[in-house]
Amino acid sequence: MTQEIAVLMEISAPTLDYRLLAPVLIVFGAAVVGVVVEALVPRAARRLTQVVVAFAALVAAMVMVGVNASAGTRIVEAVGSIAVDGPTLFLWGALILLTGLSLLVFLDRDVDDSPFTPSAASVPGGVTEQEAQEAGHAHTEVFPLTLFALSGMLVFPAANDLLTLFVALEVLSLPLYVLSGLARRRRLLSQESSLKYFLLGAMSSGFFLYGITLLYGYSGTFDYAGIAEAVLNPTQPAGLLIAGLGLLGMGLLFKVGAVPFHSWTPDVYVGAPTPVTGFMAACTKIAAVGALLRVLYVALGAARWDWQPALAVVAVLTMVVGAIMAVTQTDVKRILAYSSIVHAGFILTAIVGAHQLGSGAQAGAVTSIEAVLFYLAVYGASTIAAFALLTMVRDRGVEANNVSDWAGLAKKSPRVAAAFAFLLLSFAGIPLTSGFIGKWVVFAAAWGGGYAWLVIVAVLVSVVTAVFYFGIIVSMFFGEPAETSEVVEPSIPTLLAVAIGIAVTFVAGVVPGPLLELAAKAGEFVR
Amino acid sequence: MGFPILTVLALVPLVGALLVMIARDNGARVVGLVSSLAAFGLAVVLVVMYEPEAGMQFTEQVTWIEQIGLHYALGVDGIGLTMVVLTAILVPVVLIASWDDADYGETGRWTSKSFFALVLVLQSFAFFVFTATDVLLFYLFFEATLIPMYFLIGGFGGVKRSAAAMKFLLFSLAGGLVMLVSVVGLYGVSAQAGAPSYLLSDLAALNLDGTTGRWLFVGFMIAFAIKAPMVPAHTWLPDAAEESTPGGAALLVGVLDKIGTFGMLRFCLGLFPEASTWATPVVLVLALISVIYGGLAAIGSKDLYRLIAFTSISHFGFIVMGIFAFTSQSMAGSVLYMFNHGLSTTALFLVIGYMVARRGSRQVRAFGGVQKVAPILAGLTLFAGLSSLALPGLAPFVSEFWVISGTFSRYPVIGAIAVLGVVLAAIYILLMYQRTMTGPVSDEVADFEDLSGREKGALIPLVVLILVLGFFPKPALDVINPAVSTTMQQVGVVDPVAPNGQEQP
Repeated sequence: MTQEIAVLMEISAPTLDYRLLAPVLIVFGAAVVGVVVEALVPRAARRLTQVVVAFAALVAAMVMVGVNASAGTRIVEAVGSIAVDGPTLFLWGALILLTGLSLLVFLDRDVDDSPFTPSAASVPGGVTEQEAQEAGHAHTEVFPLTLFALSGMLVFPAANDLLTLFVALEVLSLPLYVLSGLARRRRLLSQESSLKYFLLGAMSSGFFLYGITLLYGYSGTFDYAGIAEAVLNPTQPAGLLIAGLGLLGMGLLFKVGAVPFHSWTPDVYVGAPTPVTGFMAACTKIAAVGALLRVLYVALGAARWDWQPALAVVAVLTMVVGAIMAVTQTDVKRILAYSSIVHAGFILTAIVGAHQLGSGAQAGAVTSIEAVLFYLAVYGASTIAAFALLTMVRDRGVEANNVSDWAGLAKKSPRVAAAFAFLLLSFAGIPLTSGFIGKWVVFAAAWGGGYAWLVIVAVLVSVVTAVFYFGIIVSMFFGEPAETSEVVEPSIPTLLAVAIGIAVTFVAGVVPGPLLELAAKAGEFVR
Repeated sequence: MGFPILTVLALVPLVGALLVMIARDNGARVVGLVSSLAAFGLAVVLVVMYEPEAGMQFTEQVTWIEQIGLHYALGVDGIGLTMVVLTAILVPVVLIASWDDADYGETGRWTSKSFFALVLVLQSFAFFVFTATDVLLFYLFFEATLIPMYFLIGGFGGVKRSAAAMKFLLFSLAGGLVMLVSVVGLYGVSAQAGAPSYLLSDLAALNLDGTTGRWLFVGFMIAFAIKAPMVPAHTWLPDAAEESTPGGAALLVGVLDKIGTFGMLRFCLGLFPEASTWATPVVLVLALISVIYGGLAAIGSKDLYRLIAFTSISHFGFIVMGIFAFTSQSMAGSVLYMFNHGLSTTALFLVIGYMVARRGSRQVRAFGGVQKVAPILAGLTLFAGLSSLALPGLAPFVSEFWVISGTFSRYPVIGAIAVLGVVLAAIYILLMYQRTMTGPVSDEVADFEDLSGREKGALIPLVVLILVLGFFPKPALDVINPAVSTTMQQVGVVDPVAPNGQEQP
């Protein structure tokens, strides 16, 4: 990573504080172990071994996050490439816990034999696939793949120089491309989504790299602090900065799923195996928004007069386009995909506000970072639960995602319908759910930053979103039961994931104090 | 802080709702009724212990979410108490009247059990709304009331119920979210001034005059105007009432819509006195339009439920007019009007509901000569109707008179035009009575049974209250007047002085 720079200057072994980096190293190490398990452990025992390795790694990583958090260290580690500070630790905690929640849904073998294809490499519908299916195979590589993705996600928001940021982006993206293509049903759709994600992702990486190059040209360094310094005392024309900022921003906003870089979202969300969709919708968003926050606030904080108006436009587009497109959809999974775009827009309003202690916020007021951290954590939990519920409504084994298939669901399974309705209420921002508090804090941050008009737009968009959220509720509760679909009883881990997601949504809606406190304590980025 | 009676009052129906869901079929309804009666009993205790001159009472205050300045803060003044009592009276009445409503009519409707549970949840949230003394707490429950009401319309109403429920929800949610902008804005102002807090007492200490205050006021006012509902944001009410059950519609108009006018008094006037006087001309004109338009539309309605909904729009016009006329007489009249309107409209909705259930049609022309076959039904309809048109001797007369005369003392022209609303009321009620009750007995009506004991029983409390408060409104006014004069002080207005130098009554 930073070796290239080191070579130019002087070669010396970097001193690393392994305790601080432990969460990343543990997850990455477990992913590598997972690959070895695939090679060495007999097929029958593989699944169990992978599950044990994955969850052990998550628990260990979480413990280390807790240890670091209680130690209260906030420094830039690993030769300036990783910043371990309050927001990093909060995001690490959220990422690890939510990945654990997603993995619970990965485990399900009751709603279908497995959410994943028996043989990804074979031709869909072909003989080899058939054979693998009959043999009862299912890809267990999903566990190490997820851990690889997670290790990239952990580094992404913590990266403190642009090269590390880029490497993290690729580490988190590549496993996701593969995971999207592993759906058991509707193989072609899944493969298409995988390819689409890969091609568009590769293209956005290109822009991203170009942006890094230009920013390097502008500041002569990859380091965030160095770039911040160069923005304050410019030696190069501002055009380089603006162009670099724009291109880098494009790459990041692509991952966030912001309009106009969102076109992959609905297709990939629909094509990917539903548990993976939940994982992406929750964790990728957390990592990407975290990275965006750090780049904008730390490296480019002094240039915020340049990026705030542009990002405000993106936020408006994201909310408006996402909401209007969602209204026109008839597929529940696709509606949730567009809904995640809208929510990205809501999060962006707080980022645009840049309401921090250094820029006009009173002590004790809700800051942008606090608001975004809270929103990401609670939205992630609700989203994973919502996608887990999606897997339960099926028509002859295949997920029945059309709104018409969900009609009258309350009569078939009051529990599933009530749970889904509750999550939809949270997405719609009805009080006494975490969605309301989340909206409130991001709006308060945007308002505090002087973007009251953006709050008004966001609120109007919220009304539009109510149309499709309540459209689903109307269909579930007041419609005649659809004959095409049935509710399949899932396995215990899936139920657990749903229960946890709903509990978080409820508790964070009624007593959000502790979580807000945690997010507030995360404080500012280390510089 | 002593015994948290307001919390208990609000939680009793909520616990009742849970018990209803657990209880078995027939027991469920009894459990529901008992818990609503328990809430009523607590409300009576509240009234007995209330001291009219002591301002905000039974206060409870706990910090809920410190970071965003939310407090769990409850308390009642005369205005709040009036609304709490109204809610406590109407819910048991509606439950008795709707005893087996849900089991009749359209297929695919929900059961009585869920109806009872939803009504109780609604009651609990309404109690919180009327007793909240923290703006954000009020907002939380203001929005939360939508959910049970939404299901009450969508789960039990007529053929087009889900569309009506959706329209109700979208209008209310739009209003609520506009208010959210103002709520967030209040936080911004309060955080700028020091420690963020949503307590009414803390916010009242801020100076919210000027442009910011006006914009914040507009946000609140839009939400309340949709809720109340005022022309031009009224279109959801006739649809929602039309497709609802009579019990649901009574609660919608009797309790839920009162949150709008209650909010204007408590929050618009209380927090933004300068902006309130600034907006007065526009609000008064809209109120006047509501009065006249509601009356005219009621005359033209072919559907009985729609008709009652339009009469309510007219009545809400009077209430808003009284509030924004800023005289102690008109304002006290408005608060009393909110109470009386709840009684008379509920009576009207329920008795018309009985009739509609017998005939299976809501159309005015589907009826004729009912008074010959069902004299008690017809008599009660006439009573409720006369009460709605504010016949002297019945409760609404007192409040309507106070509103009009109070308004007249400050805005003679507007007061004079508003009197037209009274004339229109006489027309729509008597025309409705004439078309449905008098004349030759139509065939479908011939086999009507008169009201059963339960049906009559539900209406008796309303009839008694309307009569008593018509002749002796003093107890209610004793509670309301001090609260109104406090509000007047907050706004900083005094009653206009008549030309000869004497203050008007």
